[in-house]
Amino acid sequence: MLQEKTPSRAKPAITLEGISKSFPGVRALSDVSLALYPGSVTALIGENGAGKSTLVKILTGIYQPDSGVIRVADSDTTFPTALAAARAGVTAIHQETVLFDELSVAENIFLGHAPRNRFGLIDWKKLNADAEALLHRAGADFDPTIRLRDLGIAKKHLVAIARALSVDAQVVIMDEPTAALSHKEIHELYALIERLKADGKAILFISHKFDEIFRIADRYTVFRDGTMVGEGLIAEVSQDDLVRMMVGRAVDSVYPKKEVRIGEPVLTVSGYRHPTEFEDINFELRRGEILGFYGLVGAGRSEFMQSLIGITHPSAGAVKLDGEVLVIRSPAEAIRAGIVYVPEERGRQGAIIGMPIFQNVTLPSLSHTSRSGFLKLADEFALAREYTSRLDLRAASLDQDVGTLSGGNQQKVVIAKWLATKPKVIILDEPTKGIDIGSKAAVHAFMSELAAQGLSVIMVSSEIPEIMGMSDRVIVMREGRIAGRFERSELTAERLVRAAAGIETQLNGRAA
Amino acid sequence: MAHAQLSPRNIPDRLEGRGARIMKSWEALLIVVATLIFLGNSFASPYFLDPWNLSDATFNFTEKAMIAFAMALVIISGEIDLSVASIIALASTAMGYAVQLGVDTPALVAIGLGVGLACGALNGLLITGLGLPSIVVTIGTMSLFRGLSFIILGDQAFTGYPESFAWFGQGYVWWVFSFEFTLFVLLAVAYGVLLHKTNFGRAVYAIGNNQTAALFSGVRVARVKFTLFLLTGLMAGLASICLTSRLGSTRPSIALGWELEVVTMVVLGGVNILGGSGTIPGVVLAALIMGMVTFGFGLLNVPGIVMSIFIGLLLISVIALPILWRRARRRLAH
Amino acid sequence: MIAKLLKNREILLVVAVVVLLALIALRFPAFVAPFNLARVYNDTSILIILALGQMAVILTRCIDLSMAANLALCGMVAAMLNAAFPGLPIPLIILAAMALGGLLGMINGTLVWKLDIPPIVVTLGTLTIFRGLIFLLTDGKWINAHEMSEAFKALPRLDLAGVPVLSWLSLLMVCVMFLVMSRTPLGRAFYAVGGNPHAAIYTGIDVGRTRFFAYCLSGTLAGLSGYLWVSRYAVAYVDIAAGFELDIIAACVIGGISIAGGIGSVAGAVLGALFLGVIKNALPVINISPFAQMAISGTVIIIAVAVNARAERRKGRVILRKAEAV
Repeated sequence: MLQEKTPSRAKPAITLEGISKSFPGVRALSDVSLALYPGSVTALIGENGAGKSTLVKILTGIYQPDSGVIRVADSDTTFPTALAAARAGVTAIHQETVLFDELSVAENIFLGHAPRNRFGLIDWKKLNADAEALLHRAGADFDPTIRLRDLGIAKKHLVAIARALSVDAQVVIMDEPTAALSHKEIHELYALIERLKADGKAILFISHKFDEIFRIADRYTVFRDGTMVGEGLIAEVSQDDLVRMMVGRAVDSVYPKKEVRIGEPVLTVSGYRHPTEFEDINFELRRGEILGFYGLVGAGRSEFMQSLIGITHPSAGAVKLDGEVLVIRSPAEAIRAGIVYVPEERGRQGAIIGMPIFQNVTLPSLSHTSRSGFLKLADEFALAREYTSRLDLRAASLDQDVGTLSGGNQQKVVIAKWLATKPKVIILDEPTKGIDIGSKAAVHAFMSELAAQGLSVIMVSSEIPEIMGMSDRVIVMREGRIAGRFERSELTAERLVRAAAGIETQLNGRAA
Repeated sequence: MAHAQLSPRNIPDRLEGRGARIMKSWEALLIVVATLIFLGNSFASPYFLDPWNLSDATFNFTEKAMIAFAMALVIISGEIDLSVASIIALASTAMGYAVQLGVDTPALVAIGLGVGLACGALNGLLITGLGLPSIVVTIGTMSLFRGLSFIILGDQAFTGYPESFAWFGQGYVWWVFSFEFTLFVLLAVAYGVLLHKTNFGRAVYAIGNNQTAALFSGVRVARVKFTLFLLTGLMAGLASICLTSRLGSTRPSIALGWELEVVTMVVLGGVNILGGSGTIPGVVLAALIMGMVTFGFGLLNVPGIVMSIFIGLLLISVIALPILWRRARRRLAH
Repeated sequence: MIAKLLKNREILLVVAVVVLLALIALRFPAFVAPFNLARVYNDTSILIILALGQMAVILTRCIDLSMAANLALCGMVAAMLNAAFPGLPIPLIILAAMALGGLLGMINGTLVWKLDIPPIVVTLGTLTIFRGLIFLLTDGKWINAHEMSEAFKALPRLDLAGVPVLSWLSLLMVCVMFLVMSRTPLGRAFYAVGGNPHAAIYTGIDVGRTRFFAYCLSGTLAGLSGYLWVSRYAVAYVDIAAGFELDIIAACVIGGISIAGGIGSVAGAVLGALFLGVIKNALPVINISPFAQMAISGTVIIIAVAVNARAERRKGRVILRKAEAV
């Protein structure tokens, strides 16, 4: 849009060919190819779990591909270590900026390749001066000697970018760089990307936001379920085309949303607030309803949900369940009251890797499968069998370590675990993040089934098709506050995006 | 199969029978090792197989094993308690001090257990209440508890325990079965049931494998951990009663270095030092093995400190060998 | 300004040490006489050297419980060398002790690096093994003052510009470690590995190798301390410095070195050691039984770790725009 598009005959700065990578139980990438050209921005697009982050890890030498070729400047190479990738000129700026909180900004920029004096010692004076210059190039003007932990997330990103500049990387990977940035900062980032392009860097830009993809990318590559399903010039593609490639089919047909008669209010939340994370949260959840919570990553949705079940404590607010006021101080109390939360981070908060499937399923319900504190294994197996089969779990046995299952099947175990407590309200936080299409469909079908049986469901999701396909009503959160409420009949992708991003961003974006 | 009609595919409960699982377990290996050591000792020394000699030998490990049971639970939950030996010293000092005031045996037992519980409660409060790392806290309280003994005793010793008190460390319940050994057996059963047959034990495993997920699943993590530190304190108090009674005197250096032996016993028993797995039968077998090795070396007149080299090597190799074995197997597979 | 200064751990520690000294001086002014303070420093020198090594290890999220046993073994070997070859130059003996210490550290480091065994298990094991080795070497016999050469015993006490060599050596080690920690890639790698092992990999730092070098460093310093200890106290036996590993860790914890890794400084380690040194030397002066030292160290460790944990506790991510002070 802003410049002429990539010269088509330019040589790629780096080429991946026929890359495949498997993990136990999952095929993360199969036979994908990608070429990044100097002076050009390539957008890598795909749903969560499509294999984007695996590809980034292969590009940066963290993972080794099972097969395939990496070619830099016409010669085949491998990246056995992160250092090898860095030496070859590949650098990444990550979603969760991976830097060192306790070290100074300047050191974060130069760690591993600090300037030295003639005695081989680190030359702090030169280091700080160079850091300042690089920060300036990155469009930042703060003191390079302050500790990183004293910076906000946006500024940490700038430090990461300065680091990329410092290694004189030829290939810069930006993994959702704008997720945590403010409107002004995003525009500064765009300007910086233009400068990097002008310098002849090849940029891989990973984003979920179509407006910015159309704004700054020259080329696109779309991944779905670990394969490459399309690539080309941004100028020759429409947003609808990209969505179709990502999802693989028309949106409506996928979601098995049942029409359910919505009943009386079950859960009422009023005046909920937290000193730093959210405020003014008010809503009602009704019987048989699926209430979608949409927002960008970091909008405070998970933080609010976790506060609702007693992981953190709100500073004010009231919760009523079936008309009775509840004070919940711990997840144990929430479970007993009938509110359960299926967390977003499956590996960290959901599944207990290292323990068998049946023990995972029965953990929150142990009081029902035991007598005066003593386990009753037969009851445990019966409960686990019942709920795993309802979710169509695929496993060799119920005694198998849950860690040996694929992501999708792990998620089924995790959902079964909280469902087995027979809750009144179930909160599902990004229930299909990073799982395969088949498991996704099973989870959606099951969610619909639950609502039909009269359970009240809250679904936190960052995927627009999922939100639109499954929700009866949608609440949009932005920066810790409710930024919009929509009935199913009013739902459009554009409205959701506008509300989540804030109006002014929308006006400047191309999609407007 | 009442649920068969609901299920598109039936998932069996278990693939392997009980026998197959036991055959592959760490405990099976320990049984083999224990048997070999037993046979080796029987051949090496004619005195080994004498029932009274064997009975004497059990004193090598019974007190440490009592603590090891509770320690196993603490380590499975992902924490550690290095202060146990110091709790023994403090409890013993408290009992010795009480003796000087003319306290009788039941009160002495209450004091020993009470001091153990109090020390455990302090550890538990610091670790679960303030959220401090258990390794540092218990290094601190290790210094504090034994330090208090030193303040009270200096280079002196308490003696003069009542005769009836001697039974705990020197008495026999029936024939060659000492009170300590009987207690060891009872506690092994009790801890085995607690860890393997109750909701509490399941919670311990869950916390050790994934504390965050356990919390999200409604496990009261802080309460469970606090209880575990109480239990190790209580067991240290109990061990203190037995040891003090057996020795008949208290010095501040009593049970010096036992924390390492207890941890070694637990790790040798197959408990993962990083938490999440391990069994009580494993710890029992490890206690028996360490006891027999000590006894065997004793019969061969090997000094104690050389035995400690052996135990140190044992500690490292029982952890290193499975890692090396797995690596070798992976290399072969490629 | 003052609030900012108080946030600095090292300055807080200086304040703590000064307050401690002031309290003692209230009743025993002689304690803070320059001569006596120099004596206290000299008495703490070995602890300082050891704390510097432990600091490097703890920074990488590991721990070295074997330092005191390493010290005892190296000290014993140094004494045996001296007893067997009285003509051997002392610097050579020191080098031998340091080399042996480094080798023992390499054993720890290799087990941690190549076999991924938890550091606490490795060093618990080597602790008992090192002590046992001393027994095997000596059959439990002592090496007493009369078996050591005069030069061997005299070096630490040797007066250089009014200050004993022992103090000079510890000052030298402080300077060396300061350079290593602040001016070499290895020193910075210690911080990176402990602060964020994942990110360290991305910056091309080998986490295991860095830990290995931290153990080499702590071992070498323990070896040096072994000679210093044995020559200073003019005796070597199996149990010298038994339990001293805890004092070393205490010095580090008090010095604000986070057991979770990535946080700490040379100044912190030195101040933490001095804090303990001042207490130890003050106890007899203010007429408290030296037996109280252990309990006091324990209490101070607990307080220090509680204070540090409070300071390190991360603020939650700020989502509400108004709460973020941009």
